[in-house]
Amino acid sequence: MSVRTEVVAQFTQVAEEQNKVLAPLADDLPLLNSGLDSLCFAVIVARLEDALGVDPFSADSDAPFPMTLGDFIRSYENAVPYRDVFTGLFGPGAPPARRRAG
Amino acid sequence: MEDLRGRSVLICTSDQLRAALALIQLDGVARRLILWPPDSSLEHLAAIKEAAEVDAVVSDHSALGGHAIASCQTEWVLLTSGTTGVPKLVVHTLRSLSGAIRLGATMPASPVVWSTFYDIRRYGGLQIFLRAVLTGSPLVLSNPHESLTQFLERAAAHGVTHISGTPSHWRRALMSPAARLIAPQYIRLSGEIADQTILNHLKAFYPKARVSHAFASTEAGVAFEVTDGLAGFPAGLVGQSSEVELQVRDGSLRIRSPRIADQYLGITQPLACDDGFVDTGDIVELHGDRYHFAGRRDGVINVGGQKVHPEEVEAVINAHPDVRMSLVRTRKNSITGALVVADVVLNAEQANGQASTLKSNILLHCRKTLPAHKVPAIINFVPTLAVAETGKLLRHA
Repeated sequence: MSVRTEVVAQFTQVAEEQNKVLAPLADDLPLLNSGLDSLCFAVIVARLEDALGVDPFSADSDAPFPMTLGDFIRSYENAVPYRDVFTGLFGPGAPPARRRAG
Repeated sequence: MEDLRGRSVLICTSDQLRAALALIQLDGVARRLILWPPDSSLEHLAAIKEAAEVDAVVSDHSALGGHAIASCQTEWVLLTSGTTGVPKLVVHTLRSLSGAIRLGATMPASPVVWSTFYDIRRYGGLQIFLRAVLTGSPLVLSNPHESLTQFLERAAAHGVTHISGTPSHWRRALMSPAARLIAPQYIRLSGEIADQTILNHLKAFYPKARVSHAFASTEAGVAFEVTDGLAGFPAGLVGQSSEVELQVRDGSLRIRSPRIADQYLGITQPLACDDGFVDTGDIVELHGDRYHFAGRRDGVINVGGQKVHPEEVEAVINAHPDVRMSLVRTRKNSITGALVVADVVLNAEQANGQASTLKSNILLHCRKTLPAHKVPAIINFVPTLAVAETGKLLRHA
């Protein structure tokens, strides 16, 4: 699953579990208008950490919390080591130029 | 005792148990021990004393004359488990420790055989040891090198009738096939919050047994026992003036009784407050005419400013029919500071079920009774949960 797909899947699942009405998802959707509260984001971030192995908003990162859904997805894409189809093919070391996921 | 070192000692007691205790105490201390059998005539006493060069007679009755040795009130010092660092030394006496044990009661209709999952060197197990010794009942000790199943098999073989353990001990016991081998008349739970689910499961599994849960701590002693089959305790217990006084202040249960410990050793922290009440650190909540235990004050998880007691969430998860036991813990979170997560042991029948479906079901079940911040963000299915030496679920800080 690409980072984008994973993020969207978590947004959808958490909204459903917590009975929140999710606004239509688009890159320019401001997260404040998404229909989700901070608890929802906390759960999404925890589950993405298990799924993707990273938390781009943890204490040791300087990244500001994203404004839009697109920013949110980009935070993860930048934090996750190159994955998707080419995962495992290239060992540690500089990955090839990144493809835009999704 | 030192008087008897190197001496020739005649043991003449009114019963075998006391003779056995004297033997254990004096072997290695006295030079010579003479065992006086119950049927020996006192007319031979002088000759025997001379032949054996008896210096002293140890006896529990006065038929042989002599005088009672002054005994002192020995301090029994227990170590608390505690969640942080060095255990505390808690000073009790035999009197404070045996305060909850009713003696001189009528002989039970059928023989009583005690056992406990606990080690007798901790408060919970020590209570059972004292109960057995003071009432003259046999006690089957636990063995750290055997499995729970082996322990239950051994208990069954010895005809154990009365067993004590923590709710975690009992949840694991019910997972063992050997659980059906024992036929207890009395099941006692202590040491952790006994939720309604484990009480119900035990009642269903052992319909002939009386199931009771006791509230006790190393510092506060045994406070009370609840025998009505319900979790928590009746509100009426608080504020009554009886041997054990209960108070609720700042949400936590406080106890004053002759069974509380005297003091701590080696630290300046007082064990009880100036008014003699011990703060147990257990938070209680009143619902109607019943108090329920919410959890330990020092175990609270803070989710974005809202407090969650792990024990409360565990009680809800445990009530789900597919769940055998659970552990709720905190997980650091960059948004809310912390989140609630749960490790869940499923019933054997569900072990091969669809994990994602089971998780959704359990989460849905939690949402019915818990507000959003108390519902676990993540559920992990685990094969077992670690239980400490004390029998309590191991909760890492």
